[in-house]
Amino acid sequence: MITILDRIGSRFILFFEQTGIWFDAFWRTIAWGFRPPYDVKEWFKQMVRVGVDSIPVVFLTTMFTGMVLALQTFTGFQRVNAEQFVASVVSLAMLRELAPVLVGLMVAGRIGSSMAAEIGTMRVTEQIDALKSLATEPIQYLFVPRVIAGVIMLPFLCILGDALGIYGGYLVAVKLLKTNPVIYKQNTFQFLSMNDVWSGLIKAGVFGLILTLTGCVRGYHTTGGAEGVGRSTTNAVVSASLIILLADFFLTKILF
Amino acid sequence: MPVISLQHLHKSFGGKPVLRDMSIDVDQGESLVIVGGSGTGKSVTLKHIIGLLKPDKGRVLVADQDITSMNDVELNRFRRHFGMSFQEGALFDSMSVYENIAFPLRRHTKMTEAEIRTRVEECLEDVHLHNVERKRPSELSGGMRRRVGFARAISLKPDILLFDEPTTGLDPVISDVIADLIVEMDQKLGTTTVTITHDMKVAFKIADRVAMLHEGHIIAQGTPEQFQACTNPIVEQFIEGRADGPLTDGER
Repeated sequence: MITILDRIGSRFILFFEQTGIWFDAFWRTIAWGFRPPYDVKEWFKQMVRVGVDSIPVVFLTTMFTGMVLALQTFTGFQRVNAEQFVASVVSLAMLRELAPVLVGLMVAGRIGSSMAAEIGTMRVTEQIDALKSLATEPIQYLFVPRVIAGVIMLPFLCILGDALGIYGGYLVAVKLLKTNPVIYKQNTFQFLSMNDVWSGLIKAGVFGLILTLTGCVRGYHTTGGAEGVGRSTTNAVVSASLIILLADFFLTKILF
Repeated sequence: MPVISLQHLHKSFGGKPVLRDMSIDVDQGESLVIVGGSGTGKSVTLKHIIGLLKPDKGRVLVADQDITSMNDVELNRFRRHFGMSFQEGALFDSMSVYENIAFPLRRHTKMTEAEIRTRVEECLEDVHLHNVERKRPSELSGGMRRRVGFARAISLKPDILLFDEPTTGLDPVISDVIADLIVEMDQKLGTTTVTITHDMKVAFKIADRVAMLHEGHIIAQGTPEQFQACTNPIVEQFIEGRADGPLTDGER
């Protein structure tokens, strides 16, 4: 009995410890972000890595999601003679929910893991200590450019995802299911408001922060050589994805 | 007047004490070598001097300033006085040799690109390396990586140089070359130098003073001659590298 309680207790402590570490890193990233020197070159490098290099992945995931969404809703809506709403459902779902979340999860897998591996390797080969010994704060040099890149580039990827998802839905509905294209286009935009677009973009920005910071934090706290780097990489993806899904709920509630 | 003063340091990791009431001073311009077996806290001691670790108890004074009470920003600024070389070099593997040495110059000085180039060449000259600027750290041998690490450490002209196991993993000849290089750099730059090693030959070559760390504190110290004449059985066993003796009681 004691051992079970012991285990539950230590899990709780670990959870609070990790949460504390995350928010501490968050705060320090903001504080160091405002201090010179500003590594603008590094910021752009990371933006290319997070944004431009993720385009193919975003392209495939969001386009196919839009397509399958149209296909599925069409099948369902047909039963109640509501096919005309397929367009609205696809556009609303993509803008408000699917594009930001899918982009967030895909980029977490792609970038969060690689950041954790990169910074984790730097930790175990003492490059982090070397940075500090050269009077360079790792938070400022490593975290700040990556987090900035995430916060700025994810909304752009999200816009791309929105467009591709809606277009994918259009393709399926019009070319495959022979819906009237004019009505489909009309219905796509009929029930949308600017809030739908904004809420998606804000979510994407927050997810960008979560996935880059989680990758950096996991990498930074790596212990135990190559095995440790592997563990950090996995942890970075798992925790970033979980935090993104949790945050998604609360953000939706707030940004409704 | 000591430049570095470690006062009654205590440090544990996960409940396991590594440093226990460890105290030592280093004078201006002196070359101190701390020796000791693996896991006795040599690296931990070195990391306390530059503030990479904070002691659980005790103080670290560098140039009369207590670095244990500094915040991140102050400590970061203060570290410009230091140059540190790491065990495997710890070169940034995403950069070329040139970029590695230029890194601190770019961040902390307003030097032009031409001045940076000149300074990088000077630093490489100081460690007797030629035509390696464009190479990646992964293309270098162990000895060359150490030297590039030295070059990077001296690029900002530090007052204090720290060497973490400078010859570990190198063959005896290259170890001797590296030891000569440390002596040469120390004399040329006039720095205060702290080296940790378990290679006694290297220690005697570069030290003005040798100190032995055992079970978390200094058990003996003195000039290389005094140290060699020391009658402490632990020190004797360590210098001779014998398997029998107080150091290995309970392990055999």
